[in-house]
Amino acid sequence: MIRVILPAHLSTLAREKGELEVEVGEPVTQRAILDALEERYPTLRGTIRDRVTWRRRPYVRFFACGRDLSLESPDAPLPEAITTGAEPFLVIGAIAGG
Amino acid sequence: MSGVRVLVGTHKGAFVMTSDGKRKKWDISGPHFAGWEVYHLKGSPADPNRIYASQSSGWFGQVIQRSNDGGETWEPVDNSFAYKGTPGPHTWYDGTPHPWEFKRVWHLEPSLNDPDTVYAGAEDAALFHTTDGGKSWDEIAGLRQHETAPRWQPGAGGLCLHTIILDPSDPARIYIAISAAGAFRTDDGGKSWKPINKGLASGFLPDPTAEIGHCVHHMAMHPSKPGVLFMQKHWDVMRSDDAGETWREVSGNLPSDFGFVVDIHAHEPDTIYVVPIKSDSEHIPPDGKLRVYRSRSGGNEWEARTKGLPQENCYVNVLRDAMSVDSLDECGVYFGTTGGQVYVSADAGDSWEPIVENLPAVFSVEVQTLP
Repeated sequence: MIRVILPAHLSTLAREKGELEVEVGEPVTQRAILDALEERYPTLRGTIRDRVTWRRRPYVRFFACGRDLSLESPDAPLPEAITTGAEPFLVIGAIAGG
Repeated sequence: MSGVRVLVGTHKGAFVMTSDGKRKKWDISGPHFAGWEVYHLKGSPADPNRIYASQSSGWFGQVIQRSNDGGETWEPVDNSFAYKGTPGPHTWYDGTPHPWEFKRVWHLEPSLNDPDTVYAGAEDAALFHTTDGGKSWDEIAGLRQHETAPRWQPGAGGLCLHTIILDPSDPARIYIAISAAGAFRTDDGGKSWKPINKGLASGFLPDPTAEIGHCVHHMAMHPSKPGVLFMQKHWDVMRSDDAGETWREVSGNLPSDFGFVVDIHAHEPDTIYVVPIKSDSEHIPPDGKLRVYRSRSGGNEWEARTKGLPQENCYVNVLRDAMSVDSLDECGVYFGTTGGQVYVSADAGDSWEPIVENLPAVFSVEVQTLP
């Protein structure tokens, strides 16, 4: 199982608290995780990536194992620590005012 | 005893306020969708317990929520607003072509007789609708494909379709308004549209009486007089007696004819309300006084209604969708401010009381009159 941590607003929308787990087949990539996440939680569709272009929304970033993976290819394999569940895949909302 | 439910959209969530017909004591629930911008909520005239809400965020985009129990519980519905075909460019602030991009839903207008049908006004300007209670949204593309659309330019708030008026006497007739393209009307259910801006004059345009390009802030229509429209334009309060074919100014003795809201008494089609704002560069009430102006003659002659409203040091704005009326025997009038106050008048505007005073900035106020 892949561990995912969402920003608080998206956890609320998914009606979950804390860390989530989703099942993802090989290879484990950003796209595969987001596909699995949106399949299990349809209310998250469009909130992390645009529903038309499928691009990451500008104020959302992806981190894992202390690294910012936001600009990596969505189809690049993720670090082994993510695939084994040792580390979570982090969806981060930009710290911005308002 | 009948009562009212007030639906308030704010910068940081939605609030639902209920009262009996006296409109003195209020139960307030919220914030719903805390931390999100709620541009608009509106209930179905056909089923008052069915309410739709537009929830959005600069981080996480657009969510549409639906309630089947009068706003006690909510469920997210579909949020895919895809423009039909390959949308061509509109005109950007600097005059260059700019691709059409969906940003948010400004206004939700439920059908007059079907709770599952709702129209949605979007930024960048487009009209969408659902006929399955929000499970899917489909663009009514005839509007965005109008021949003038490549010349549409955004107002300061974006290229937003913010007003949708359904004609109760003719289901095929819909009025919409876009900042800053102007007003449009369809007579065939959305297949074709015509600009209805004749008589409008906008000093910021190279041609002040151009066919399009007017910054219409809001429009209102009384259901008993569907051919009569009132408009608060960027500057000027306007009236049309021929379904928008021509307009004439009715600003009369207003202290400023700039403003955002305009609404109509529930039982008197010629009694209208506006809130004058000092200017387009300041967006504050003239002289620090928050005044609702009422005309009982369909415009031109206006009287300030100030009892209960702050008359010094008040510098809030009242945004375009932030005024509404109920249809109780003594018509109630409601409005919300960017300072977080929601005011009610249970006597058609003669006196005002705050329902709440410290909400986030209010974007929209809608009222349901309950049996």
